[in-house]
Amino acid sequence: MARIAGVDIPDKKRGAISLTYIYGIGRSAAKTILAKAGIDENKKVSEWNDEESTAVRNAISNEFKVEGALKSEVQLNIKRLMDIGCYRGLRHRKGLPVRGQKTKNNSRTRKGKRKTVANKKKATK
Amino acid sequence: MARSLKKGPYIDYRLDKKVEALNDSGKKSVVKTWSRRSMISPDFVGHTFAVHNGNKFIPVYVTENMVGHKLGEFSPTRNFRGHTAKKDKGKR
Repeated sequence: MARIAGVDIPDKKRGAISLTYIYGIGRSAAKTILAKAGIDENKKVSEWNDEESTAVRNAISNEFKVEGALKSEVQLNIKRLMDIGCYRGLRHRKGLPVRGQKTKNNSRTRKGKRKTVANKKKATK
Repeated sequence: MARSLKKGPYIDYRLDKKVEALNDSGKKSVVKTWSRRSMISPDFVGHTFAVHNGNKFIPVYVTENMVGHKLGEFSPTRNFRGHTAKKDKGKR
């Protein structure tokens, strides 16, 4: 079990895949990190020695914003939009799609589970 | 698609001139404008614009955070007041 960038413990997988378990690191970022650290990306995490894992840790902390720091940055950006009262901010406040999608149907990701409005006979409750 | 950097931000020529005049004279007065497509430039900070939304003018006080947005973003064109509650039949 390797512990990199705080809480993450991916193991038994190739380095390039395993690193993507960290929030903020995808396939391409993982590859650049491993290249920086000078590790073959097909090497399993369990096969890394201490030197290699510290190299990975350094590569991440030097160049990438991950986990908590990244999450809070995103939240701050959203909060900024909401505070200045622009259209995108309003959509965030209402929990509706921000980028101009239609809301007649679907957009359930933003709206959450269907809230059935009573009155129609078929609707239960 | 984003606007080419080469061109720089779009600001309505007349609006820009008006704001410049305000800055030069040091006065503050509401600038009525229809130009929702104009980018808010750093010169605009501290002024109030009355931005048309197709129906009326919405006053927008420009703060530093708003630089880089368009004026129209602060003047919503649709006003959703919620669905009609069809004859309340008691509770549920």
